[in-house]
Formats: sequence, structure tokens, C-alpha cells
Amino acid sequence: MAQPKITINNLNFYYGSNRALKDVNLEIEAHAVTALIGPSGCGKSTFLRTLNRLNDLIDGARISGEILLDGQNIYAPEVDVVALRKRVGMVFQRPNPFPMSIYDNIAYGPRIHGITSRRELDGIVERSLKAAALWDEVAGRLRHSALGLSGGQQQRLCIARLLAVEPEVVLMDEPSSALDPISTLKIEELIHNLKEKYTIVIVTHNMQQAARVSDYTTFFLNGEMVEYDETEIIFTKPRDKRTEDYITGRFG
Amino acid sequence: MEGNKLTGGLAMASTTRQGFQNSLEELQQNILRMGSIVEQTIAKSVECLAKQDDKLAAEVVEGDVVVDDLELQIENQCLKLIVTQQPMAKDLRKIAAGFKIITDLERMADYSVDIARTAQRILATGQPLIKPLIDIPRMAELAQVMVKQSLDAYVREDTELAYRVAQADDLIDSLHNQVFRELIVFMMEDPKTIKQATHLLFVSRYLERIADHATNIAENAIYLATGERKELND
Repeated sequence: MAQPKITINNLNFYYGSNRALKDVNLEIEAHAVTALIGPSGCGKSTFLRTLNRLNDLIDGARISGEILLDGQNIYAPEVDVVALRKRVGMVFQRPNPFPMSIYDNIAYGPRIHGITSRRELDGIVERSLKAAALWDEVAGRLRHSALGLSGGQQQRLCIARLLAVEPEVVLMDEPSSALDPISTLKIEELIHNLKEKYTIVIVTHNMQQAARVSDYTTFFLNGEMVEYDETEIIFTKPRDKRTEDYITGRFG
Repeated sequence: MEGNKLTGGLAMASTTRQGFQNSLEELQQNILRMGSIVEQTIAKSVECLAKQDDKLAAEVVEGDVVVDDLELQIENQCLKLIVTQQPMAKDLRKIAAGFKIITDLERMADYSVDIARTAQRILATGQPLIKPLIDIPRMAELAQVMVKQSLDAYVREDTELAYRVAQADDLIDSLHNQVFRELIVFMMEDPKTIKQATHLLFVSRYLERIADHATNIAENAIYLATGERKELND
């Protein structure tokens, strides 16, 4: 097997005295979609946020173990967190476009990273919007406010904004839970296409969505990673009784 | 045990999908009902042959529509559960296995109709049976037991019982070979028996095929219980 994109070794995470992740060991494959499922409070979102150190901002949060991105520990003291988050980007549950034009939303990141050439920015904006399957819908109104877009379009805009800084890993925290079914399917189709270039990790409460979009599925329960396998196996013959009980709805 | 402690919020025995579980049970009950009709059909088809009962033969032929209707009805039930409940894991395997099992049952009923039609053809020749039937009724009895046990194995998720069905299939195969040899001898001794002996040979073959379908059901019972595909028909 090729080297995993991300390797998680004995990861523990604490909110104060509360141990939210317990000895998680996992390898996330490059150019594949890995879904994280589990009941509310199981630690899947906490886990997702450890992958680009978004939990660093929380008071009293503490971590042990290591997370290797291409073999490099992202929690090593010399790591530049801003550079890390450029490589490992995140899409959130609610679309959060900046209150500016569609164009400026996409150009925002590249500008921060020092790109000023108008032609270069034009190219990035077009490429990113095309990659996020939004170009055809907004090409004629790039100067319009992003806030005028529908929810589904806004979410794809946020994905385009992420792609503009050329990440390697895309983290998605319930990216379509606030969207209607058609917008959801568009996001899912997009996820499917994006895995050719990116490594994708998605948290979803919707098991059917996990089954549709992911290559690998991980089941979390009470901070523990219970089972990891190919998605097809998780949903047809999981090995662990707890996984079986969760995905078939046998829990109180 | 660490594992038990970690189950926390998941109380294992209960389910939040009681309605769905009831529907799955209803599905299995319908499959059992279809199975018991097929068992009776197999019995009747061989009985009408052994007793040269034209009326019973007609009953078997006409009764096939009931099995066909049930198959469609259960098929729709499976599709509805897939569409409305998005079943996963064992629930999904239960429905997928059920979907295949009803096809096997329907084929068995068709073979029984073939046997009843053969009985009618033999009756139409006016020639009495060339010999009292012994092995063929035995095959039919065995086949019925196999159908019943394979369905029990499916409903109870009993892999041991499923393997026993596969063993019974070997017995049916050897009975079929025995019938074959016996009828060959009849035909060699008296060419006038050739027509009826050939008919009987087909009956034996139909019963052997019915047993193969019961073995398929046993394979699906194992798939439901374990998620593993096992080839028992060899």
C-alpha cells in the first residue's frame, strides 16, 4: 500500500478533564474519501478538527499522541499552523461566505498568500469555481455579492474558496446538512470528483451520505474509534456489534 | 471489559426502529408462508404421479398462479423496504437474501408443475406405471424437508442447519443417480417402457433441481447470518 496521507498514532484529546478521544489509531488514504460516522458527542467532529489543529483555539484543550501528514507530525513545535491549514482546509456545516463579491471570496486566500497579478487571480478564480462545479452558474456575475447565492451555491463557493489556496486535504464537517436534496447531491457529486486531486475526510450524520460518497468509513463511539473499513463492508457486514447496532438503528 | 463500558449511549437490545423491525418480521413470515405452499405443491405433484390422480395434477398446475402472485407481492415488499428504510448491514442482508429466496421458491413451484404435467402425460398414454414408485417419493419427501429446513435456517439465522441442508442435497443427488441406473435397466429390458421411463427420469431430474434451489436458500441463510458467501451446490 502507498504511504497513507495522514497517519494517526495513539491520539488522545482532552477538553479539561474530559477525554474526548481515546487512543485513536487510523491511517487515512490519499486520494480517497474517508467518512466519519457516529452518534452526537462521539468525538468525530473533535477528531476532524485535530487534523488541522482547529482545536488549538479552545481553552483547556490538550492532546497526546501524534498526527503525521505525509510523515511529518503536525503537532511538532516548529510547525506553522497557518501553513498547515493551507494544506489541510475545512468546509463547515453552514456555508460561511465573506460579505464581499463572489470573485473576492475566491481571491481572498491567494491574495493573503501574496498573489497580486490580476491575470493570475482571474485564472485561479475561474479554475476554482469550475472545480467546485459553480462556474456555469456564476460566471456572469462574479462582481455580485456572494450573499445573494442560494445555500447550495454558497457551500460550493466555500469549497471553491478552499480550493483556491490549493490544499492537499479537504476536511468537511457535515457539508450538506443545511442544504436541500438537490444541492446535497451536487455537493456529493463534487466530493466524488475532488478525490482525484485531494484527500477528503468528511463528518456526516447521514449514513446514506457516507455510503454514497466515501471509500472508507470510520465509526466512532464515545471517543473511541470502533471500526474502520471499506465503506461497502461497513454497511453490509460490519465486524463490530456496536457498528451493526448503530447503522441498523438499534440503540436507545 | 473496556468494550462494554464504551457502549455507553447505545443500549444494545432496544431499537428505535420498531416499525421497521416489524416489517422485516412480516417479510419473513410471508416468505415462510410461500415456502409452506411450495412444500405442499412438491408433495402433491409427486402424489398425483404415484397415485395416477389426474384431478390432483390439475390442481397443482392451476395452483401455480398463487405462488407467482406471492412472489411478486413479496418482491414489492422488499423493494418498498429498501426504498423507504435504507436498510444497512444485517437488515440489508435479510432483505437481499429474501429477494433471492423467493426466486428459488418460485422455480421450485415451476418444477412441481412440470412434474404434475408429466403425470398427466403418463396418464394420457393409458399405460400403468412400469413399477411402483419408491425412490421418487423419497426424493420428494427429502426435498420438502430441505425446503423447510433451509427456510428455518434463514429465519433463525442458523448456519448449522443450513449446512445440514447442503448435506441432504448429496443424498438427493445419489438417489437421482440410482433412479437413473434403474430406469436404464428397465429401458434396456423392454423398449415399450422407454417413453414412460424417460418421463420418470425427468421427474427425478426436477426433484434434484428442486433440492439444488433449497441449497441456494441455505447459502442465503449463511449469507444473512455471517455476511459470507458460501458455495454449497457442488
